[in-house]
Formats: sequence, structure tokens, C-alpha cells
Amino acid sequence: MAQLEIKDLTLTFGGITALSEVGFEVSDGEIHALIGPNGAGKTSLFNVISGIYRPSRGSAVFLGHLLNQMKPHRIAALGVSRTFQNIELFQHMSVIDNLLLGRHLHMKSGLLSGALFYGRALNEETRQRRRVEEIIDFLEIEKVRNQPVGALPYGVQKRVELGRALANDPKLLLLDEPVAGMNVEETEDIARFVLDIKEELGVTILMVEHDMGVVMDIADRVTVLDFGLMIADGTPAEVQNNPRVIEAYLGEGELE
Amino acid sequence: MALRSKTFHESYHEDIKILGTMWSKAWMGLFVLAMLILPYASDTYIVYLVNLSCIATVAALGLNLLTGFTGQISLGHAAFLAIGSYTAALLGDGLDMPFWITLPAGGVVAALAGVLVGIPCLRLKGLYLAMATMSFGVMVEYILVTWKGLTGGERGMYMPEVDIFGYILDTDEKVYYFLVAITAIMVIAAKNIVRTRVGRAFIAVRDRDIAAEVMGVNLTLYKVMAFALGAFYAGVAGGMYAYVMGHIHPEHFTLLSSVEYLAMIIVGGLGSILGSIFGAVFIVVIPEFIKLFAQAVERVVPAMAGKYDEEWNIAVFGLLIMLFLIFEPGGFNAIWQRLKTGFKNWPFTY
Ligand SMILES: Nc1ncnc2c1ncn2[C@@H]1O[C@H](COP(=O)(O)OP(=O)(O)OP(=O)(O)O)[C@@H](O)[C@H]1O
Ligand SMILES: [Mg+2]
Repeated sequence: MAQLEIKDLTLTFGGITALSEVGFEVSDGEIHALIGPNGAGKTSLFNVISGIYRPSRGSAVFLGHLLNQMKPHRIAALGVSRTFQNIELFQHMSVIDNLLLGRHLHMKSGLLSGALFYGRALNEETRQRRRVEEIIDFLEIEKVRNQPVGALPYGVQKRVELGRALANDPKLLLLDEPVAGMNVEETEDIARFVLDIKEELGVTILMVEHDMGVVMDIADRVTVLDFGLMIADGTPAEVQNNPRVIEAYLGEGELE
Repeated sequence: MALRSKTFHESYHEDIKILGTMWSKAWMGLFVLAMLILPYASDTYIVYLVNLSCIATVAALGLNLLTGFTGQISLGHAAFLAIGSYTAALLGDGLDMPFWITLPAGGVVAALAGVLVGIPCLRLKGLYLAMATMSFGVMVEYILVTWKGLTGGERGMYMPEVDIFGYILDTDEKVYYFLVAITAIMVIAAKNIVRTRVGRAFIAVRDRDIAAEVMGVNLTLYKVMAFALGAFYAGVAGGMYAYVMGHIHPEHFTLLSSVEYLAMIIVGGLGSILGSIFGAVFIVVIPEFIKLFAQAVERVVPAMAGKYDEEWNIAVFGLLIMLFLIFEPGGFNAIWQRLKTGFKNWPFTY
């Protein structure tokens, strides 16, 4: 079953066409990779799905809901969560608070109950904290849980951001280059986490990634963009042998 | 899990307690005791300064919630104090309402004004937001002067003394306990707000508004809420001010006082509850030190005699803001946190 349907999606910035009639489907429970050379429009597509950019034509439909005109927080409430290519954590908050903010939609306390604290808000804080601690354990970031994220090393921040996205209990998780800038060991850890998220939590994953090793290893399906055009869509093996894909990557020499 | 002697509820609760350790409880106890006996141990002028500091603290908390925590700069804070102050005076003097109606009403009317300002300002950031809120402040100032039928114009308005079910707070010492109690409530409420869901959303909006939205924070709602909350605090502070002064006047709510509140939160520490208190007290007492300093200078340099005037304070505020922005952007709060960590680790520091 298709969870996310992208149809004829076109996005322009002034004269630049970032996406041109892109269409593909992301199936329930799969790891779907989105690849393509720099500037292909991958991040732009993520921004359309999460409601940051408005497409000029076409549609993005998640579980029957048209996302095009929806505000980002509404889309989040449908169960779409994401990470960013350039980490966008709340720098001055601790790891725990970043993850608790990730549970914003699962919490209810407002100004008044918050101001009183004892009672409803305290109850909620401790209850939600338990879920956050589970995610912290899952991602193996227990040691830094109380530190402000701004002071953490890059690789750890990437994990915290993954944790914040998970904290929302998403149905669809968008990961924008989760292993970029990581060493082999860190890359393996993240790849394992992504597989676990799919298998243990049943979350569908759409992942932009330049690391072809990771893509070929864990993706169930791959879509390739080049200059805003979709040039291939299929299993990792199909895409790897697609002449248009090889051509698009020739200049870059990245596809091994 | 077997090693844990407590349920997760208890242990997480322990984790988020403000006064977790014996020491912090003891210090807090001492501080409360000192506050209680202060009127007996010092002169009326000191008590009066503490009263002003309380009002400034509540006002600074409001601005810090809006600007320090949510990242929405405001140069119109004094206007919200004015709205609260005049509302309280209209109800308290005109309609003989008691404080437990006038103060919350001042806060609520100011909060409504905050919503009205917040909504059109949603798309504005930085300099543009500063200009828009400043214009609002100037407009309110103009209304205070010109709408004589409501505000008394240049003559201002009067406010009776606080009447607690027949007991009149007619001295600075009596008002002191009243103000300290309200301030304590407002401080605790603010602290609680910033450590729960709404406060985290405020900080998230400040740090990364797009990421906050993508995580489910309704940006419009929380920005407007921050305006309303900041204005509510200002409105209550305005009501407290009316009670302390007994007479309010448009001159008390100028652009310059808005700048003073901004100075308080910068000097005290943006995004810090404790910092709001530090900054408020500091800005209230600093003119006294300038006066003392000027008198000392006069004694040494007779040519300086009689040269001191209020304008000096403004110059010193300006200088202080600059110095803090350059050398200690975290304000007194950052200094305090460093001292505390140093003290905790002592003597194992190197
Ligand atoms: N906000 C924007 N304003 C103008 N142009 C934009 C904007 N966002 C993206 N673009 C343009 O759209 C095109 C696609 O950019 P995008 O960031 O989506 O590429 P990408 O596939 O994510 O590349 P990379 O692998 O480098 O991250 C680029 O030409 C980029 O300059
Ligand atoms: Mg990108």
C-alpha cells in the first residue's frame, strides 16, 4: 500500500526549476532512498512534503491527506517527522528537552497547568519523559542526555536529531543525509538504527543519502532525481544498472 | 531496572526539581527568611527600593518570556505596563474594586492588547519587529496624553492604597509583603511555564522556528501566546506600580522605560528567570549608586557640585548594555552560573 504519493510535482524558485513533474510512491513499511547529484532537488522535495515549500503544480498526498496547502505543524500531526541536512536542533536545550519538544504533539499542558506545575503538568512531564528515555536508550545517547546539544560533537548531534524526529512517533520519517560527514563506524551505527526503526517500530522511511553503500544495503526501493527530473525508480539493483543513472553520476564518479 | 529503588515517576520528578539538593533548599530558606525580616532590619528607603525592584522583576519577566525565551523583540513593553496600570486605576479608583480584581484585570486587558499587537507582527522579525512594537508604544503614549476623558491626560490618574479586606496597606513596609508575595507567585509561575511544554515550544521557536514547526509547534499560536503572556506580566506589574506610586502619569510609560526593561533582561540574562530578577534589581538600584558616586566626586572635585542629573542614568544604562553585550552576553545569570559551578566543584578546581 502506498503511504505517500507524489504526483506531477513541480516546484520553481523564480527562474530555477527545482522539481519538474516528479512522481513516485513510497510504500508502507519500506525504506525508500532518494538519490541524485548535488542540486537535484532532493531537499526541496522534503521541504514540500513537510509543508515548508509550496509546489506550483502537482500534489503530495500522505494517507489520503493532500499536503500541498497544509501548515508544517498540521503535517507533523498526521505523523510525518524529519531530520535536516544541516542539523537544526534547538541549540540551547538539553538532549532531553529536544526530545521532549519532539513529543509536543503528544502533550497537552498549556500555560495555566504549566504555571501551576504540580498536578497535570508534572504528571505529563514524567510520563512523557519515560518515552523519551526509551528513545535515548535506543539511540545509545544516555551519556549526553543532560547536556545542551550545541556543545555536542557533530555525529552525536545527528543522532539527537534522529531521536527528536522519532519522539513524535511518526508513521513516515524523512531523513536528509543521515550519515553525511560520518566515519565508517558511525555510518554503520546509523544504518543499523534506520533498519531497526523500520523493523521494530514499523516506521516508513524516505531517506536522502549520497553514501551508495548504505543505500544499496538497506533500501527497499530507490528513486533517482537529476536536475529536478525523476530519471529512475526501482529496486536498488535495477537503479544501479540503469544507464541514465550511470550517466548522471559519471561526472561525479560517486556510484561505485 | 531491578537496581532502581524508585519508580520512574519519582526518579524523573527528582530529576526536574528546582531545589534538588539540601544546600539549595537551605539557601532558599535563608533567602526567604532575610526577605521576611528585611523591613525590620533596614530603613524605609531600602524597602521602597525593594518594592520598585519587585515591580521591575515582574515586568522584566514578561519581557524576558517574550524576547529572551521566544525571541520576539519588543520595544513597546512600557505600553503594556501602561495599559495594566490605567486599567487597574480605572477599576480601583473609579469603581472601588479590590486588588484581587484590579491586578488580574490589568493583566488580562494588557494580554488582550498583546494579542492585538502580536497578530499583525507575526511575519515581522528583528529590526522590523522592534520598529512595529516601538510604534505601538508611542501610540499608547499618545493616547494616554490625549484621551483626557479616560486617562486624565497629563494630570494622570490616582490609585487608592491596597485594601486587604479592610486592612489598608498604607506604609511602604506593609505594601512590601504584598508585593513580594505577588512577585514570588509570578516568578514561580514563569519558572514552571518555561520548564514545561509551552516554555519548550517558546525556546524552540526562538532557536529554530522552522524545525519547531516541523515538530508540530503551531508557530502562529505560540508567538501570539508569548505576546499575550509577556503583556500579562507587564499589565500586572503596571497595576502593582499604580498601587505603590498612588499616582500614575503618561511620563512613567515612555519609550525610555521600554528601553530600561530591555536593559534589565540583557544585563540580567536573556532567556533566564533568575536573570530577570538580577537585571531588574540592578537597574533599579544602579541610579542610587550613580548618585552616591556623584556625591563622592563632588566632595573631591568641588567644580562638579550640582552637576548630577537624571540624564546620567540613561548614559550609564547605554554604557552597561554595550559592555554586557560585548563582554558577557549571558548577563548576570551567566556569571552566577559560573560562580555556582565553581563553588560546587571547589576545592577540586584547577
Ligand atoms: N529557497 C530556495 N530559493 C531558491 N532556490 C532554491 C531554494 N531551495 C533550493 N533551491 C534550488 O533548488 C535546487 C535544488 O536544491 P536542493 O537543495 O533541493 O538540492 P539537493 O538535491 O538537496 O542537493 P544536495 O545534494 O546538495 O543537498 C538548487 O538549484 C537550489 O539552488
Ligand atoms: Mg539537500
